[in-house]
Amino acid sequence: MRPFRYEHATDRAQALQLATTPTAAAAAAHVAAPVQYLAGGTTLIDLMKIDVMRPEVLVDINALAGQHGEIRADDAGLRLGALVRMADAAAHPAVLRDYPAIAQSLQLAASPQLRNMASLGGNVLQRTRCNYFRDVTYAACNKRSPGSGCAAMEGVNRRLAVLGVSDRCIANYPGDFANALAALGAAVDVEGPKGRRVMAFEDLHRLPGETPHVETNLAPGELITGFSVPAGPWTRRSLYLKIRDRQSYEFALASAAVALDLDGGVVREARVGLGGLSAKPWRSHEAEAALRGKPLTEASAQAAAEAAFAKAVVHGETRFKPELGRRTLVRALLQCAAMEI
Amino acid sequence: MADDAGRRPGGHIGQPHVRIDGRAKVTGQARYPADEPTTNPAWAYLVISAIARGRIRGMQLEAARAVPGVLDILNHANVGQEVKSPMGPDGKPTTTTLESDRVWHDGQIVAVVVADSFEAAREAAYKVVVDYEAETPSATFDSPGVQAEALKTDATHSYPLKGDAAAAFAAAPVKLDARYETPTQHHNPLELFTTTCVWDGPKLTIYEPTQSMWGLKAAVARQLGLDLVNVRTVSRFAGGGFGGKGAPTSRTAWIAVAARRVKRPVKLVPTRDQGFTIATYRAETQHHIQLGAERSGRLLALSHEGWEISSRPSSYNVSGTTTTARMYACPNIATKVSVVHADRNTPGFMRAPPDTPYMFPLECAMDELAHELGIDPIELRRINDTQTDPVDGKPYSSRSLMKCFDAAAAKFGWARRNPQPGSMRDGDWLVGYGCATSCYPSNIGPATARLSLTPQGKAAIQLAGHEIGTGAYTLMAIVVADRLGLAVEDVQVTMGDSDLPPVPGAGGSNNAASTTNVAAKACEEIRHKLALAAVQAGAGIFAGADPAGLKLADRALVGPGGRREPLATAVSRISSGAIEVHVENVPQGLAPDAAAALYQGKMSMSRGAERKDVTAFAFGAQFVEVRVHRRTCEIRAPRAVSAFAAGTIVNPLAAHSQYQGGAIWGISSALHEATEIDRRVARYVNDNIADYLIPVNADIGEMDVIFVPEEDHRVNPLGIKGIGEIGIVGMNAAVANAVFHATGRRIRKLPIRIEDLL
Ligand SMILES: Cc1cc2nc3c(=O)[nH]c(=O)nc-3n(C[C@H](O)[C@H](O)[C@H](O)COP(=O)(O)OP(=O)(O)OC[C@H]3O[C@@H](n4cnc5c(N)ncnc54)[C@H](O)[C@@H]3O)c2cc1C
Repeated sequence: MRPFRYEHATDRAQALQLATTPTAAAAAAHVAAPVQYLAGGTTLIDLMKIDVMRPEVLVDINALAGQHGEIRADDAGLRLGALVRMADAAAHPAVLRDYPAIAQSLQLAASPQLRNMASLGGNVLQRTRCNYFRDVTYAACNKRSPGSGCAAMEGVNRRLAVLGVSDRCIANYPGDFANALAALGAAVDVEGPKGRRVMAFEDLHRLPGETPHVETNLAPGELITGFSVPAGPWTRRSLYLKIRDRQSYEFALASAAVALDLDGGVVREARVGLGGLSAKPWRSHEAEAALRGKPLTEASAQAAAEAAFAKAVVHGETRFKPELGRRTLVRALLQCAAMEI
Repeated sequence: MADDAGRRPGGHIGQPHVRIDGRAKVTGQARYPADEPTTNPAWAYLVISAIARGRIRGMQLEAARAVPGVLDILNHANVGQEVKSPMGPDGKPTTTTLESDRVWHDGQIVAVVVADSFEAAREAAYKVVVDYEAETPSATFDSPGVQAEALKTDATHSYPLKGDAAAAFAAAPVKLDARYETPTQHHNPLELFTTTCVWDGPKLTIYEPTQSMWGLKAAVARQLGLDLVNVRTVSRFAGGGFGGKGAPTSRTAWIAVAARRVKRPVKLVPTRDQGFTIATYRAETQHHIQLGAERSGRLLALSHEGWEISSRPSSYNVSGTTTTARMYACPNIATKVSVVHADRNTPGFMRAPPDTPYMFPLECAMDELAHELGIDPIELRRINDTQTDPVDGKPYSSRSLMKCFDAAAAKFGWARRNPQPGSMRDGDWLVGYGCATSCYPSNIGPATARLSLTPQGKAAIQLAGHEIGTGAYTLMAIVVADRLGLAVEDVQVTMGDSDLPPVPGAGGSNNAASTTNVAAKACEEIRHKLALAAVQAGAGIFAGADPAGLKLADRALVGPGGRREPLATAVSRISSGAIEVHVENVPQGLAPDAAAALYQGKMSMSRGAERKDVTAFAFGAQFVEVRVHRRTCEIRAPRAVSAFAAGTIVNPLAAHSQYQGGAIWGISSALHEATEIDRRVARYVNDNIADYLIPVNADIGEMDVIFVPEEDHRVNPLGIKGIGEIGIVGMNAAVANAVFHATGRRIRKLPIRIEDLL
């Protein structure tokens, strides 16, 4: 860990001002900026301790909870402030009742201690758990040092991605909540020096492509203030299925966030998110298209799963993941269809 | 001498007792070595190698030295000559660290930064740039460049051969021929591998969690060229050891050197990932098993060949064929083990070191054979059960294996099992039942202790014993209270300091046997002194009586017919303060000077498998239910039943925890744990406890433990077999056998994971 300066912002304006310096603006990516926001710190401080992130200034934004710490549900949908704690969102009655996929994605993540500490804004920006990214003694990591190569490609890579990967990076996006947001077509509110903007959540993260070190479409210094999830007839019939080696406290090997609007047994609308094995929070429009207008059966679920993984790319130990991903999605769809709501 | 083998009516042995140190532990009063207060300590942070093989050409230290607060940076160039190289867990040469520019393995200590604060030391360590001349390393089995070495019988290991196993196998009507693998595993005790060194003139005090106080003392004295009397090790509590704190490691001597150089106490708290390479681990193993049997199930041939990984210079091995050759009656036995040298750190002890990896293949093979024969797996064990050691015909000191199977099977509901694999279901979950034999040799070493007793009925026992989480303080209090006729609360136990009388390292399940037998002997000496004084006294109720007929019970000296003399009277006759004895116990079969050798830090051990008179093992049977999701193939183990017969149980409450912890670890070992190695660079990749999986609470459901009563008059005077290791041994195979039963898929490589079953 390297020495850094700690700043405490009392409101949004001050936070933005502290984070907007000429060097920060010139950074190659949000994650590379020398000024970083500090929310729960459960990703950031970890990465600083192991020398992967080396910010010079931390701007503590926890006091912004007054402005951006609210959970609100109405006919238009669900609003979640960026400083809402994971535990609070997971236990909120409206979230539990109307957006079970979101509640479950949070309940099944991390541990109670972490969920009490971690914010939703920080959660969606958590970084890959790829061991080669997290160990600076490996020289080759295009995400950590652009152009250096990828040690994971032929290394120990069981936990990494098969969807959205590039020949520069096969790191997975490890989080859960973001996959539910992607599936449900959420939007993210962003404030920056130039004012406010709203982005489709699906556009928040970038595919690695040639530039795996960039990770998001946030400009350096931009602040996430909240998320909005549109209401829809499918949100109540939704769930998050997380498959892992142990029962709790582990990142997903594969996960599926699914929501269904059924008419009799026929799919009027389907929303499908996938996680654990994708380079970014993943929405499978292919799977959704395959389901729309079909009766939800083992066969149609299987066809959707085939469509979702048609473009999967495997490396070494990830060879099993498309099959696991398909089975996870089939199971999630059938379980979702059987839900009593 | 107490020859009534353990329990006696009205005594404390065998009665459950809460830990006498429990309150201190849960209130943070128990002092772990890194908690010991020291004056103005400096902090050390290790720099470890990022390559697995090569040389250090040079180091750039300027940036690190410039970090405010940095006091010193030890490396091979400035301190290389100051210590003699350490010895490995087997007492033979092992990898070196700062002694030279050589890099033997990934994560080897290459520099020690010392600073005023932990943070400054860490920051500076990150700024040390090491210039390596890297060579291509060999990671593990099948990597180019590894060297296999076939092992020969030595003091600790033998490779039993009997009859003609190859010919018997060739001629056997039923054959099972299979290969198995177990993974690299790391202990990861919660407490890290800390070391604090404090000099006072020529005297060095080392605060370090250890399972071998006198072993560490002797090792560091040798490395630094110090007189043994000038080295003191202190480890009042260790936050888990599991074998990982059994053998001295290279870090200690360097921290001592650092403290000498900066003229201040130096404290090292290494990181979790450093623990993977600066200490030991369980090496990966491979096995080839051949079983030949009659149609009736009777074994005709057993051949077990094993391979184990070690470092380049060390031949450390566990050679569990010593155990597997002794499990079942079999006329023809062949065993062989090879060490495969790779560019790795030296492995070491880890819970049931030989038996965990070697019983896995044998017990899977027995299950496979049972399936092949259409015989129930329990019945196959019964058919091949024996009361004499199949290798050399010695009697077992006691063997209650089938009693364990029967008790556990009944509790588990084995009768409900449909033998057809894949036949049992619960909704979307495939259900499987599996079982396996568990065992562990009963070991005992020489030990010494000091015991005092006051007229007020307070006893104090002192010995350099080890509390590694097993309940060792309470164990001592129970035995002393039992033998002196006191309440457990009346006994003060002092351990964890090498200034106290030496005992062997706590490992190989010898601790309870070694320390309770010396404690009982000390109590007997005190009883004898009191009895003798009582009968020789001119006055008193026992004047002229037979001293052998006087016992200590209920704070009194008690004679035939229940006549009692209060303890105060009996003790005061000898001393108004306290009477004290210093006692040495050398178990049968060990050299007479074995206790004297302890004072040189040399431990000998009477090993259950290698005794002249009897073969001494504890036995058990472990059962588990697994569930495999029919689509996504997660594997869960919601319930398990284990039954053990291990002679006298001193404290059933602590024993229950030991057994249960072992059984949980067995599930962990079968389904979760594996250190992953990047074969290209011979480096551990998942060296943290987010990625190195162990079960969480949600993974463990019902965990039944059954104590099968067993009285063993031959194993040692108190009839104690030791219980620390046996709990893990059978569970690995039980899980694999249950997975087969659930799915019809036989997975011969641990851990068993989702991808094996998709
Ligand atoms: C052992 C462990 C297990 C875990 N398991 C899981 C799991 O199973 N599933 C899962 O989903 N997650 C898991 N996590 C990740 C955890 O959920 C995240 O660490 C947490 O949600 C991050 O939130 P935080 O508030 O602590 O973020 P911080 O660490 O404070 O911030 C993370 C990053 O986001 C930036 N940031 C934070 N807030 C904002 C904002 N409002 N605007 C702009 N930038 C911001 C910070 O600058 C930083 O770069 C696990 C974490 C650990 C340590």
